[in-house]
Amino acid sequence: MSVVTIQLGQCGNQVGQELFDIICNDAEQSQRKTYSTSCSARFFRPTSKGDLVARAVLVDMEPKVINQSMNKAVKSGRWRYGEDSHFSQKQGSGNNWANGYCVLGPRHKDAVEELVRQEVERCDALAGFIPVMSVAGGTGSGVGTYVTQCLRDIYPTSFILNHLTWPYGTGEVIVQNYNSVLTLAHLYQLSDAMLVHENDTVHKICSQLLNIKQISFSDINMVIAHQLGGVLQPALTPDSYGVYSRNPLGELVSALACHPEYKLLSVSTVPQMPSSSIAFSTFSWPALLKHLRQMLISNTRMEVERTRSLTQGGFNTSLANLLILRGKDVYSAETGGFEDPAIYTPWLRSEEAFSLWKSPVSFDKYEKFATLVSNSQALLRPLDDMVRKAWNMFASRAYIHQYIKYNISEEDFLDSFTSLEQVISSYGQLQC
Amino acid sequence: TVCGTGSGLGTRVLSLLEEEFPDVCRIVTAVYPSAEDDVITSPYNTVLAMQELTEHADCVLPVENQSLLDILNKIDAMSYGTKLGPGVKRNNCVTSGGSRLSGAQKPFDAMNNIVANLLLNITSSTRFEGSLNMDLNEIAMNLVPFPRLHYLVPSLTPLYSLADVSIPTKRLDQMFSDAFSKDHQLIRANLKHSLFLASALMVRGDVHMSDLRRNIERLRSSLPFVSWNQEGWKTGLCSVPPVGHSHSMLALSNNTCVKATFMELRDSFTKLYKKKAHLHHYLHVDGMEQSIFSEALSSLTGLIEDYHHLDVSKSRLQRDTPRLRIATGSSS
Repeated sequence: MSVVTIQLGQCGNQVGQELFDIICNDAEQSQRKTYSTSCSARFFRPTSKGDLVARAVLVDMEPKVINQSMNKAVKSGRWRYGEDSHFSQKQGSGNNWANGYCVLGPRHKDAVEELVRQEVERCDALAGFIPVMSVAGGTGSGVGTYVTQCLRDIYPTSFILNHLTWPYGTGEVIVQNYNSVLTLAHLYQLSDAMLVHENDTVHKICSQLLNIKQISFSDINMVIAHQLGGVLQPALTPDSYGVYSRNPLGELVSALACHPEYKLLSVSTVPQMPSSSIAFSTFSWPALLKHLRQMLISNTRMEVERTRSLTQGGFNTSLANLLILRGKDVYSAETGGFEDPAIYTPWLRSEEAFSLWKSPVSFDKYEKFATLVSNSQALLRPLDDMVRKAWNMFASRAYIHQYIKYNISEEDFLDSFTSLEQVISSYGQLQC
Repeated sequence: TVCGTGSGLGTRVLSLLEEEFPDVCRIVTAVYPSAEDDVITSPYNTVLAMQELTEHADCVLPVENQSLLDILNKIDAMSYGTKLGPGVKRNNCVTSGGSRLSGAQKPFDAMNNIVANLLLNITSSTRFEGSLNMDLNEIAMNLVPFPRLHYLVPSLTPLYSLADVSIPTKRLDQMFSDAFSKDHQLIRANLKHSLFLASALMVRGDVHMSDLRRNIERLRSSLPFVSWNQEGWKTGLCSVPPVGHSHSMLALSNNTCVKATFMELRDSFTKLYKKKAHLHHYLHVDGMEQSIFSEALSSLTGLIEDYHHLDVSKSRLQRDTPRLRIATGSSS
């Protein structure tokens, strides 16, 4: 079954291009034909000339990034975007969620829907949609939310997994917290689950684990795409009976997002090291899994004090976890540590809370590679920070006139704040 | 500008643009008068224009002739100074032509070059690619928290005019520090001693995002930001630097220091207005009434008060606003 990706805004289009690159690379490197075939069919469509075209729609309110992404793809020589699969304008969204959601989205609804429809019709079977977007700007966040709403309306039974990039805590965009709050509150009603990467966390991976000295957005985007590859590449699931899953998004959502109040998913992968070091390292599943489990429960993003008040504990409690193992000896890997009831909320049995997928095919250059997708308190603190800063700004009504100009009212803001406080409260009580 | 055409016709065009194209962002570069100015009635023209700018522009980038002159003098001094960097050419456009800047004859070409530079930097992201684009309408969105408070202090580094002057490139971090030093601002006001409402950094050239972040972290502690915008930074990264440089930066700051500029302006206006000096020249014109003067004055006064109000909040101890409380019960 095939996944249609919708790339929205600068971030969405940059990340999306890296993602397709990694997926294509991985598919081509693999010795196993069934893996390659499954992967290609899922994310690409073959053309009469035999080249691979990404099953993607590119949307932006200005043309430069789309042009860049399309050119980069062509330059790779291995895949490209469809020539007509993109939509752009000239003026941008001005970092204004209201402009994106209330004006630009509706204005260009038909054009974007048509592009999506064409992509969907080219799929033998639709596995679902992955809108890729940031929450801080205007297009990804505003237009992205609107497009997600359209997808939900037109394809009510399809799975929608939004990939969201959260900005650095110390500003990229001054109104980023407003845009983020509005996006998340709306997506919570529309999306089946949201897979989140935070720039701050990825930045740390780049500096501390990958030893990159001068970090650029390109580095950040590659790490994000790499982790996403670990999630989205074909795997054998308990329900797939020995073949690569034909319903990856559905299975992911049912493994992790079983309750409508809990839809925020984070990703961790091991190993994570400079590619130059990989050849010199040996990996064992026990060591990798122990490390991953430790990362999960201690969750290095959290500072102890703040976390204590939010979670009444300081320990990252999970609702559900999905572990995906790729490479050598996956069948003998011992994963009991992730079934420990102590790491889960008491109102789910750990057998229900934990899911395990495997692929005997190695991913990228890694002989053994593990991906953990978690529905846990890992995002609680960043979410709380976002809401806190937005609320402080809202209290002074700063910048609100910019949103009112495009038909988002103070009541709309209050509704969004209320929804997210509910989410924060729910996650805060997971250990109860 | 302070003359009749720029200030009068210019602002009329501005309000026409607003009528015809209400959704299109209007960013105005406005040259403000310096102390020794040629036009005696410049305070009138400026205050009258300011009312229009406050009402009809989305953002205004005020530029003072004196600051431009000071910058040129610095460029001049750098090229005549003992430490002549490898990139500085003698007999370049600024310093040749003989005149050391004496004040009697202003080098308007060179001064205008600096303002042209400002405009080039603002539009660089629209014209070139980069890893984090920053459009004109994003500038207005992020830097204007309240509609009338849209006067943004520009500062440019490195210092150079579009003429063939190359000042030796300083270390990257120095570029960031310079952006917040008085020497690089295009109006004479003290950013560091007043309150920041928001700041935008448009970086061009061979600069990585981690450099940008590192410098913001470094500078934050010395730059006072208003309580509800402690992380009020808008950033842009454009890959293409200006000609002849490996990197450059434009900072636009919404800062209460403009209050001082406006207060001076109000004072010079009042000096003339109290005596009704030259007023008849204006009132002779059809459609011009004295009430327009008093309205313009009260608009300016209101603006000064708005900035003052925010300034005063600087010293107050700020705590987080109490959050919405959610009734907790069983969630299913």
